[in-house]
Amino acid sequence: MNREIKVASGKAVMSGPDVSRAISRIAHEIVERNQGAHNVVLVGLQRGGTWIADQLAERIAQIEPGLNVPNGSLDVSMHRDDIGLRPIVPGAISDIPFDINGAVVVLVDDVLYTGRTVRAALEGLNNFGRPRSVQLAVIVDRGHRELPIRPDFVGKNIPTQINDEVEVSVDGVVITAVQS
Amino acid sequence: MKHLRSIGELGKEGLERLLESTAQMAEINRRPIPKVPALRGKTVVSLFFEDSTRTRLSFETAAKRLSAETMTFSVSTSSVNKGESLRDTVETISDMGVHAFVVRHKSAGVPWQISQWTSASIINAGDGAHQHPTQAIVDCYTVREALGLTALNGLRVSIVGDIKHSRVARSNVAAFTLLGAHVTLVAPPTLLPANIETWPVKVAHSLDDVMPSTDVLYMLRLQSERMDQGLIPHLGEYSNRFGLTETRAQKLQDSAVVMHPGPMNRGVEMHIDPADLPNSLIHKQVANGVSARMAVLFDVLARGGELNSLQEESV
Repeated sequence: MNREIKVASGKAVMSGPDVSRAISRIAHEIVERNQGAHNVVLVGLQRGGTWIADQLAERIAQIEPGLNVPNGSLDVSMHRDDIGLRPIVPGAISDIPFDINGAVVVLVDDVLYTGRTVRAALEGLNNFGRPRSVQLAVIVDRGHRELPIRPDFVGKNIPTQINDEVEVSVDGVVITAVQS
Repeated sequence: MKHLRSIGELGKEGLERLLESTAQMAEINRRPIPKVPALRGKTVVSLFFEDSTRTRLSFETAAKRLSAETMTFSVSTSSVNKGESLRDTVETISDMGVHAFVVRHKSAGVPWQISQWTSASIINAGDGAHQHPTQAIVDCYTVREALGLTALNGLRVSIVGDIKHSRVARSNVAAFTLLGAHVTLVAPPTLLPANIETWPVKVAHSLDDVMPSTDVLYMLRLQSERMDQGLIPHLGEYSNRFGLTETRAQKLQDSAVVMHPGPMNRGVEMHIDPADLPNSLIHKQVANGVSARMAVLFDVLARGGELNSLQEESV
């Protein structure tokens, strides 16, 4: 068994206000790209993306007064391609209490890395209906993609080492180098 | 976990993990398309040496909703009728490439015995009067969901009827106790097991007395197929004293819920139509059966091997 050791303390690459500003900008971009966002629904990926989707929904309501964008969450653990390769991580409960047929779904996550979570999310979304289109919003794109997936809205592109851990919260973005 | 053979083997932590996972599976079952690819490529065989409707069908539905392959073995059309032994039967099926056996057998301990003959996972779907762990998981989940509780601390559960022959009672006593509930067994002395004083339960012989102080009334089926020793003098007398009648049901508190693992003997332990009970969870138990068995199959079949580099790959 290889035990991984965190080296030194994490490096802050975005502050809390930086994250908040990024969310505001993405909210504007979603509204702009979708001509007012009337057909848009937000789906935060469990667990890291849900609070970001909540904040995006709030900001969009401020930008377009009277527009309440439906906001749900999706757990992709049953759609992952690495089931059986790693210990079971307890999943969260999906909650999409609205019809996604014909809607523009914006998937929201904290970090985009290999793209496998997004692939699983695209597959999971199919069980709920057929969206008109799917867009992807992330706070951090850290590179190292293993699938042909790209984000539509990005808070910040941050180059990382493959072993780094990237943590996103309201307090900012922290990168911690991990050596095995 | 590799196997699910008894609640004791599962433990409190395992039970709580499966209850949490059951809630997740219940959400999948509410989707317009209730099917996920989680167990693609896995094969589950149901090996039932005893009759079953809901356990077998809910396991098969659960496996299909997780995209596992299913095979069904039924004794009446198998080579068991030509004298093939249990061991040969298990080894033969195992050779076909099976990842999990769902086993029901009239003898206690068969799931443990079988797990020595195959490398596949064993899920106990009822062994004699011993254990029926998935039923207990279903029941604990159903109670938690209906009462909106996560812990069952102090909840008063009364299990009524044929405790002696009941694997459901044994698994449920273990599971409810692990979650902090207080269990009372209500039965005539002849329908209680011999070593009852070693169980973590209270015992009562009058159903009328316990009705007002019960939060969960759990009616068991009188197992007439196992009733050849004159344990009850007369079915009518049993039914009068331990059956749920309309008059008796009125002694329940308004908040109390009624459960039954099925199949019901109408007119024996159930005089009242469960549809007439305001707080019957009997249909919920069946519906939740699929979700709970999905949780069990996933837990058993989706285990990661050793900790490896994938574990830390969080995104």
